[in-house]
Amino acid sequence: MNAYDEERIGRLLRLLPPAPEGWVRAAQELPAARAMLDELVARAEQDAAFRLQLLADLERAVAAAGYEPSPYVVSRLRQLIEAV
Amino acid sequence: MAVEETDAQLVSRCRDGDPAAWNEFVERFSRYVYAICGRGFRLAQQDAEDVFQEVFARAYERLPELRSDDAVRPWLAQLTRRLCIDKLRLLARDTPSDTEPDEREVDDLLASLDDAMTVRAALDKVGDPCREILDRFFCRDESYHTIGEALEIPAGTIASRISRCLEKVRGEFDGRSRGSRPS
Repeated sequence: MNAYDEERIGRLLRLLPPAPEGWVRAAQELPAARAMLDELVARAEQDAAFRLQLLADLERAVAAAGYEPSPYVVSRLRQLIEAV
Repeated sequence: MAVEETDAQLVSRCRDGDPAAWNEFVERFSRYVYAICGRGFRLAQQDAEDVFQEVFARAYERLPELRSDDAVRPWLAQLTRRLCIDKLRLLARDTPSDTEPDEREVDDLLASLDDAMTVRAALDKVGDPCREILDRFFCRDESYHTIGEALEIPAGTIASRISRCLEKVRGEFDGRSRGSRPS
C-alpha cells in the first residue's frame, strides 16, 4: 500500500473531468485575440469614426472588421476602448 | 512512455513566446481551473465559463510577472479562487443568497485537486492506451460499452484493463512500473 493506492487514484481522477472543449479552445486562442484587440484599439485611436462605430455596437463592429466577437474579446475591447 | 515537462519548463516556454506552449498550458491546467469553479464554488456553467476565460486571460497577461515558475499551480488556484468569489459576490448583489462556500472546504478541495494533478501527471507518464482508458472511465464517466466502442476493444475486457492501468499508475508512485500493457 502506498499513498496512491488504486482506489485513491480512481477517486482523484474523478475530480478532474475535462472542461468543455469550446472553453479550452477559446482560452487557447487568447494570444490571437490579444493581437486582434491591439489592432482594433490602434485603429480606434487613429480613426474617430471607427471608435464611434465600436462604441455604438461592439459586437457588430468586431464582426465587420472580420473577427469573431467572443465574450472575452467584446468585454476586453469595451474596457480598452473606453480608456482610449 | 512519455516524458513529462515540468510546470516550470512549460511556463518558461510560454514566456519565451513558443506558440505551442500556451496551448499546452491551457490544456494542462484547464481541468484544474474548471474543477475549482465547478466543484469548489459550484458556479453555474455560464458563470464558470466567464471565470474560466478570465483566469486564462489574466494568466496570459501576467505570466511574465510570475516570480517563480514552479509556483504556477498555486498562483492559478488563488487567481481562480479570487475570481470565483468576485463572481459570487456580483451575483449576490442581484440575487442575495448565502452561496459562498466555507473557506476550509475550498482549502480541502484545492489540496485534493493538487493530488489529482499529481495523479494526472503520472497518467501522462504512463501514456496511452492507459491514459485514454482511465480518462474515459473516471474523468468522462463513460461506460464499458462506450469505451469499448470508441477504442475498438471488447467491452468485456475493459474492467481488467482499468485494473491493470491503475496498477501501472500506482507503479509510477512506487518508482517502477509493475503493470503489464493492457492490450
